[in-house]
Amino acid sequence: MMRRFSLLVRRDLRLAQRQGLDSLMVVMFFVIAVVLFPFGVGPEPGILARIAAGVIWVAALLSTMLSLERLFLTDYEDGSLELLALSPVTLEVLVLAKVIAHWLTTGLPLIIAAPLLAVLLNMDADGFWVLIGALALGTPTLSLLGAVGAALILGSRRGGVLLSLLILPLFIPVLIFGVSAVDSAIGGYAIKAQFLILGGLFVFALPLCPWAAAAGIRQSLE
Amino acid sequence: MAMIERFANPNRFLTLTRPLVPWLGGLTLLSLGAGLYLGLFQAPADYQQGESVRIMYVHVPAAWMAMFCYTSMAISAAVGLIWKHPLADVAGKATAPVGAVFTFLALATGSLWGKPMWGTWWVWDARLTSMLILFFLYIGYMALSNAFDNPQRGAKAAAILALVGFINVPIIKFSVDWWNTLHQPASVIRMDGPSIHPSMLWPLLLMAIGYTLFYLWVLIIRMDADVTAGKIRALRQRRVHG
Amino acid sequence: MTLFTGSDLTCVRGERTVFRGLSFELDAGGLLVLVGPNGSGKSSLLRLMAGLLLPAHGAIRWQDADTRDDPETHNGRLHYVGHHDAIKPVLTVTENLRFWAEMHGGNAGANNRVAEALKGFGISYLSDVPARFLSAGQSRRTSLARILSSPAPLWLLDEPTTALDKEAVAALESIIAQHRAAGGMAVISTHTPISGDGAETLDLTPFAQAAHDFEDGSAAA
Repeated sequence: MMRRFSLLVRRDLRLAQRQGLDSLMVVMFFVIAVVLFPFGVGPEPGILARIAAGVIWVAALLSTMLSLERLFLTDYEDGSLELLALSPVTLEVLVLAKVIAHWLTTGLPLIIAAPLLAVLLNMDADGFWVLIGALALGTPTLSLLGAVGAALILGSRRGGVLLSLLILPLFIPVLIFGVSAVDSAIGGYAIKAQFLILGGLFVFALPLCPWAAAAGIRQSLE
Repeated sequence: MAMIERFANPNRFLTLTRPLVPWLGGLTLLSLGAGLYLGLFQAPADYQQGESVRIMYVHVPAAWMAMFCYTSMAISAAVGLIWKHPLADVAGKATAPVGAVFTFLALATGSLWGKPMWGTWWVWDARLTSMLILFFLYIGYMALSNAFDNPQRGAKAAAILALVGFINVPIIKFSVDWWNTLHQPASVIRMDGPSIHPSMLWPLLLMAIGYTLFYLWVLIIRMDADVTAGKIRALRQRRVHG
Repeated sequence: MTLFTGSDLTCVRGERTVFRGLSFELDAGGLLVLVGPNGSGKSSLLRLMAGLLLPAHGAIRWQDADTRDDPETHNGRLHYVGHHDAIKPVLTVTENLRFWAEMHGGNAGANNRVAEALKGFGISYLSDVPARFLSAGQSRRTSLARILSSPAPLWLLDEPTTALDKEAVAALESIIAQHRAAGGMAVISTHTPISGDGAETLDLTPFAQAAHDFEDGSAAA
């Protein structure tokens, strides 16, 4: 089981690496989306510093969502998904493997780019590590939740827009606690509660989302 | 289970429920009429909020129904996924727009109520914000169930979404409450009013009963229409497949 | 006892009953050829056999055990080739095959098995070519080579001869013959005649007609 699991992760990583631009484009979108905000609200450092955490988190949410559409879609369209469903691993394990590969190729680059954007937005330096930590704890949950949406839109018309309607509302709790952690750290308050809740959301999504996504994939192959 | 089996046949469901339609319609109008009369004319005005407190009789039961309809959608989804019951999918699909309308009604009346209370059409109050997210969940459900060429695929996908959404509703509610207390001191006047006097309870209950009857009424009509549409599709398909 | 059987199968897709009352039996070394007009349910039957679809009625058994009870084990004993080739254009032919070879079989000897499979379908010369350069026929051969890249007793091939030239069809026929000689089984849906000694032919037309008559009956009721 573990051997096949790591085989699946390595396959997706290799595919992502061969199509290197795809993963880079998500990070570029993340950067551009954040850079738009100073143009929207003005370049005043005080205002930018105040909204930095929120802007970075919202942009991370949107970039994750953009990259999720293709999580199962390419495999669905070229027939690989039905073969994967017919391989001797359960579909839930397959979903988990693909989520891990997705996080490594999009979540992780976002976390690396985030401090740079925090500098651009004059974010208080007290918040940097907390931002990284909160993103590290929150983005896997986003990938997991997104996998459910990505599975449900298989075979539908207008997949991408639909995906955003389905999963953005579900992303809201992660957004709330992710931003709150950074803001509390900058304000000098305790951040333990936010991190515990972010961790709780992850632990909760870990078994639930692969199950729901697998159910979605199963019915898409019928 | 035997009860469910008996209703499983869509034709039998239709013959059993069709006669109920005019009764449900009549009872809906009666209870809504009585509830509105008591609420708008008989119940006392609030000493703080004045006449605008009467919006409560439309708003509070609508918010209850918004949750109630989402719960019935999730139950239909579970029945449809576990027992593969064909009518469960139909019921879920028929419930969604009704629930969305109740949610919208709760949002709109909440906004109207907010104007005299807070002097603005919209405040990011915890209840209103949760209601807004619930509205998005309804929209997502309806968009997904209509996004497939094969309506049964849409129903199955939407059922999974309804279950995932239902599990998430308390989490979202908790998050929004947390977020709200962080950003707004709790000085906001609460919407459910200070205490419920019996003269206020009756119109509230009547409105809630009226809304529920309305839901059942529309549910049966929509399920009937959906089953009939399925029959028409089957006849068309037969022509294609000779 | 017959190895692989289906009894009284009804297949419903969407709101349409595709076929009704269909049964089949397949023993070690057997070849079942599915024929019937478009829409008679050949692909659906293969997907039922693979477990991608579940029968609305009836059961598919492997040595008397319902395949639904343990889908992963059932997956381990079959190869399915559908309409799509499931080939990743950015990977080479060998990389494409190696993944499936390791997924179904083990890591050990995967390289050898892939090389053998490519040789079997006459595409050894393509082994290092990125799959985006393949023609439709070459892509089909690569997809078919999966069935040789790891051992499995049951082959389910949905119109495998699409896009294949005469030479490749002949290669496929001899590969299936070898597979059967070693005790394997194959189910093939096809529009073009495919030869095999002792092949059984299953015509789906009457079962599709039965589904049809049943729906007419229930619509009238």
